[in-house]
Amino acid sequence: MANYPDDLQYTKDHEWIRVSGDSGRVGITYYAQESLGDVVYVDLPKVGVKVTANEPFGSVESVKAVSELFSPVSGEVVEINEKLNDSPELVNSTPYEDGWMIIIKLSNPSEVDALLSAAEYEDFLNEK
Amino acid sequence: MSETVKRTPLNAAHRALGAKMVDFAGWDMPVEYAGLVAEHMAVRTAAGLFDVSHMGEITVRGADALPFLQKVTCNDVSKLVDGQIQYSGLMTEQGTFVDDILVHKFADNDYFICVNASNADKDYAHFLKYADGFDVEVVNASADYSQIALQGPRMIEILQPLIAEDLAALKYYRFARNVSLFGLNVMVTRTGYTGEDGVEIYSAPDDAEKIWTGLLDAGRDAGLVPAGLGARNTLRLEAKMALYGHEIDDTTTVLEADLGWICKLDKGDFLGSDILKKQKAEGVTRKLVGFEVEDRAPVRDGYTIVADGKEVGRVTSGSPSPLLKKNIGLAYLPVELTAVGTAISAVVRGREVPCRVAATPFYKRQK
Repeated sequence: MANYPDDLQYTKDHEWIRVSGDSGRVGITYYAQESLGDVVYVDLPKVGVKVTANEPFGSVESVKAVSELFSPVSGEVVEINEKLNDSPELVNSTPYEDGWMIIIKLSNPSEVDALLSAAEYEDFLNEK
Repeated sequence: MSETVKRTPLNAAHRALGAKMVDFAGWDMPVEYAGLVAEHMAVRTAAGLFDVSHMGEITVRGADALPFLQKVTCNDVSKLVDGQIQYSGLMTEQGTFVDDILVHKFADNDYFICVNASNADKDYAHFLKYADGFDVEVVNASADYSQIALQGPRMIEILQPLIAEDLAALKYYRFARNVSLFGLNVMVTRTGYTGEDGVEIYSAPDDAEKIWTGLLDAGRDAGLVPAGLGARNTLRLEAKMALYGHEIDDTTTVLEADLGWICKLDKGDFLGSDILKKQKAEGVTRKLVGFEVEDRAPVRDGYTIVADGKEVGRVTSGSPSPLLKKNIGLAYLPVELTAVGTAISAVVRGREVPCRVAATPFYKRQK
């Protein structure tokens, strides 16, 4: 299903990661942005901050609510999506492309094995 | 979902419209349909339809209905004429809020009171507690009514063709009973909780779905959309209308809440009036004010407000404003910090975000 691309790994907290080489690009899923509604603010860590798998790395806010963001993997933040400062709505309109949030340099690449495939994530959503 | 969660007669209609449902005060209610911001803007520019059937209704009848209501509420019920509505507070003996309510005068001995869903049982018990010695009959009639709010500048355009009564003659905070709408008997009140022109329509629960569907069909071309509790909250916040459990509760007085206009200390004694008179004479030490956030980070309910590094208050309601496109909120602050323009800060996830006390309401419709 196009809402959940096959080349990504997913968390049960509704983040995705696209791993390439020793780093991974992270954002939130179609389901997450749909649940939140209109995103108005994304609070991201600074470049250089260390993040830990399953621990919060920031938050995303819609008009109605604030949600914590959980890191799919451990590592160091090497880039953040500065575009989200002025255009947080990109998280809604293009969650897997221009709406990405941070790039993490993985400190323990084997953590990726614990994440869900697209099919597994969709099964997880269907069970909810 | 717990077994005790309550559903309005429109529950299936909301689900059919694709609403996201949430538990609100024990009720399974729509929080949004197409999206909060779109619904909010529809109410400001065209019209929105809200299911507010969770609201409670209590009737007070009898020879002593007026003196009884004068005793338990802070506004002056004697000023009401038949067909008129009054915003008021149901008072504790401390002059704080049991609830904020709308008192409708049907006749000298006959009043109809709209109360908050979460407080209906508590309010009913409070009325009964103070009814001794008064010739009144108090009835919790909440199960007998559904309520649908049609709000927005195009309300008249949508509703007028459907009813015989002249809406232009139905002034703000007046109501008309026994109105025929789609062949059903309803009460139409010129009230609302959005800061916009609008009406609230009370009907028998069995009639609610026909009214809901009929209004949505009739209003579609005028831009009417179903709107959820999410938009209802941001709309009332822009208009600085209090929400029980947030701006007001049994720890806040009507004077602190900046609602002195509904507190008639010269009408005679009522619950808490001695305390309120003293507070008025001495001046309140804290007051509810609005503030604007000078940062992109939204400031939300419960966040701490600081000034000069010291905690001075808490946010009672805070949200991005869909209309003003900035972050706004309400908070109780020490009176010395309540002047418009005063710089304060809100603590957002450990960071102090600059805010400024603002003139309220944040939004006032052009009449």
